[in-house]
Amino acid sequence: MIPTPRITRRALTAGAVPILGLTLAACGGSGFEDADSDSGGTGSGGSDAGSGSGGALSVLIGSSGDAETKAVKDAVAAWSQQSGTAAEVIVASDLNQQLSQGFASGKPADVFYLSTDALAGFAGNGSIEAYGDDLANKADFFPKLVEAFTLDGTFYAAPKDFSTLALIINSDLWSAAGLTDADIPTDWDGLHAAATKLTQGDVVGLSMGAEYQRLGAFMAQAGGELVTDGRATADSPQNIEALTFVKSMMADGSLKFAKDLGAGWGGEAFGKGLAAMVIEGNWITGALSNDFPDVKYRVVELPAGPGGKGTLQFSNAWGLAAGSTNKDQARSLIEHLTSPEQQMAFAKAFGVMPSVQSTAEDWSAEYPDLAPFMAGAGYAKNPPAQAGTSDVIADLNSQLETLGSSDPKTILNSVQTNLQAALGG
Amino acid sequence: MHRRRHRLLGKDAAAGWLFTLPVIVILGLFLVVPVLMALWVSLSDWTGRGSPFSSQVGFVGLRNYSAILSEPGLAQRDFGLALRNNLYYVLAVVPLQTVVALLLAVAVNQRALRGKGFFRTAFYFPSVTSAVAITVLWLFLFNDNGVVNKAISFIGLNGPNWFQDPRGVVHVLLSWFGVDSPPAALTQRGPLGVTPWEWLAGPSVAMSALVLMAVFTTSGTFMLLFLAALQALDPEVEEAAMMDGAGAVQRFLRVTLPQLRPTLFTVLTLGLIGTWQVFDQIYTGTQGGPSKTTLTPAYLSYTSAFESQRWGQGAAISFILFAIIVIFTVLQRLALVERDPASRSRRRRAAAATHAAPAEGSVR
Repeated sequence: MIPTPRITRRALTAGAVPILGLTLAACGGSGFEDADSDSGGTGSGGSDAGSGSGGALSVLIGSSGDAETKAVKDAVAAWSQQSGTAAEVIVASDLNQQLSQGFASGKPADVFYLSTDALAGFAGNGSIEAYGDDLANKADFFPKLVEAFTLDGTFYAAPKDFSTLALIINSDLWSAAGLTDADIPTDWDGLHAAATKLTQGDVVGLSMGAEYQRLGAFMAQAGGELVTDGRATADSPQNIEALTFVKSMMADGSLKFAKDLGAGWGGEAFGKGLAAMVIEGNWITGALSNDFPDVKYRVVELPAGPGGKGTLQFSNAWGLAAGSTNKDQARSLIEHLTSPEQQMAFAKAFGVMPSVQSTAEDWSAEYPDLAPFMAGAGYAKNPPAQAGTSDVIADLNSQLETLGSSDPKTILNSVQTNLQAALGG
Repeated sequence: MHRRRHRLLGKDAAAGWLFTLPVIVILGLFLVVPVLMALWVSLSDWTGRGSPFSSQVGFVGLRNYSAILSEPGLAQRDFGLALRNNLYYVLAVVPLQTVVALLLAVAVNQRALRGKGFFRTAFYFPSVTSAVAITVLWLFLFNDNGVVNKAISFIGLNGPNWFQDPRGVVHVLLSWFGVDSPPAALTQRGPLGVTPWEWLAGPSVAMSALVLMAVFTTSGTFMLLFLAALQALDPEVEEAAMMDGAGAVQRFLRVTLPQLRPTLFTVLTLGLIGTWQVFDQIYTGTQGGPSKTTLTPAYLSYTSAFESQRWGQGAAISFILFAIIVIFTVLQRLALVERDPASRSRRRRAAAATHAAPAEGSVR
């Protein structure tokens, strides 16, 4: 038999190992060498394969699938050929984690996808280069997208594309319920009426994910926002009205969250015919054609609320690492990737909307069925992106999951408190 | 003479150090140094960029710890919720998996059992399967329209939407008795910003599914430990007890079980450590949802650091977790300690002795 005391010690050591895994990973390859790189160079030779002038670039992306990966690889390869600088595209399995690891080790990817959630964190610790204001085509980007990647007056990174929310309607279920084009909802009452008619048997009228990233559209339609001009306005009467309206639809069963239908997200609930309408972004079109090619649908703009039309928009940008050893070439690559032609190519490959205004008409002409998404760009609002707000929104989402049994005012009051703490007043 | 022996010893010592050097270096490099680095990070304002030892990183004392433990706010509440979730997880998983593992071991150890090898492999199989694969399997099984709910519907009940159901099981039980909302006294701010009503919620339905998964995956490993211990037992002791007229249950509880005490300690300790550090299932499966009821300190530590760029707080959480594990292990050791230090040698003698002097040491 094994003597007991030894086990204790061994077991405790075993306990310590996983805890440390975190730190080990965090410290990456740099170890003790002082890899702080304000001067721009890590002093250790830059990225892995140092060929070409100033070293090869690495491009880290979080891809939605093969189509996107291939499109980005092709675009980067074309630029490499043109510029003579080698560049490698790496598909991240966990983008933010891999980015963090790169920044901690002092050898970050040069160019990468940057989400609005991650912007404040990486900007706050100086990991990313604020190059937006130097861009030649700065004026061409949608102003609201520029705003999404602007913190404290600094435009950090070029938006690479964007999506807005719209109402997706199952055409067969729509006509089966005896509804016509005249019934397409233009306001909340219309939405509620249509959803009630569509709710039959196992089908629920309207569905979406239980999260701010969908329900926030109702807040926008009511004329509310979580953060207005840098101040927390989560508990505004407009926001309360929005959640109360959603809750009233849940109460009579014409709206159910996707998870309550046993679906992972709105698109799945829609594709499986569990919901006749969903509120989703452009990405749903790709998902439907891949997984549910037989579902017929149409896209319309979200109905207006008491505060007028409103939707949310989501965007990613091309981030540029402050620690990159080849910033000039990296910027040139980004300019290539955000050029109108290249953005149209991406739009064709994986269904995103170009972030520059000069292609808006081309895009709408090319995809007339999806034009409502582009129309949303005119009145879309950005989710808050200030430091600390992503935690607050995560907390809001955890409360929205139980919206059916809780009080909108209580939820929004707690969000207001948390937002005030995050924004410092 | 005396001096020469000393010198020889010194030589031996040098050789000894030389032979242990690789291990010391490896352990130092990959264990001790990272521990100290993490400790430093938890006391610093490092933001996740460059080395934590660069001159720009400042010492902030216990500020990261106080942000989690004493300052009202989101960070504190998240930590409180994570602690609550994990506490219920530990309280449910550790006893369950230990009992199941012990029963499986006893079953597989039966001399009369046919196909012993098959059962042993079958029970052990989940342990060698990757946690990620099993998590995905579990997500399917416990889906709203999954196999588990189908099975439940056969007996005329409606299964919950497991991984999407944030209700605590205690709350669910109370609602069966008509208690749907908390009495006002339980909605006041409680420890770590979590109200007493929330502290008492019990594991959520989603967490219960994860509890079942943990029992399913780890019982096999611990069964092996128990099995090894059972097979090392001297059959004569049991025979002696049998001669004394002890029944099967009595023999198991009063003869076999006390002899398994060291193994029991190992199993409980490893169980405690494993359950307090639950991470894979959360990362691949639920990501802390629904409504943060499967958030655990280990996962929270990860998200604070890698997603929110609050590395100091992330490291602080992992050190608090470390302290919790140490405290639980010590408590558990105190609870299981043999009261009489001489008893072990006595028991060994008793075990070696023939059935003439059977139970003095072992039947305690």
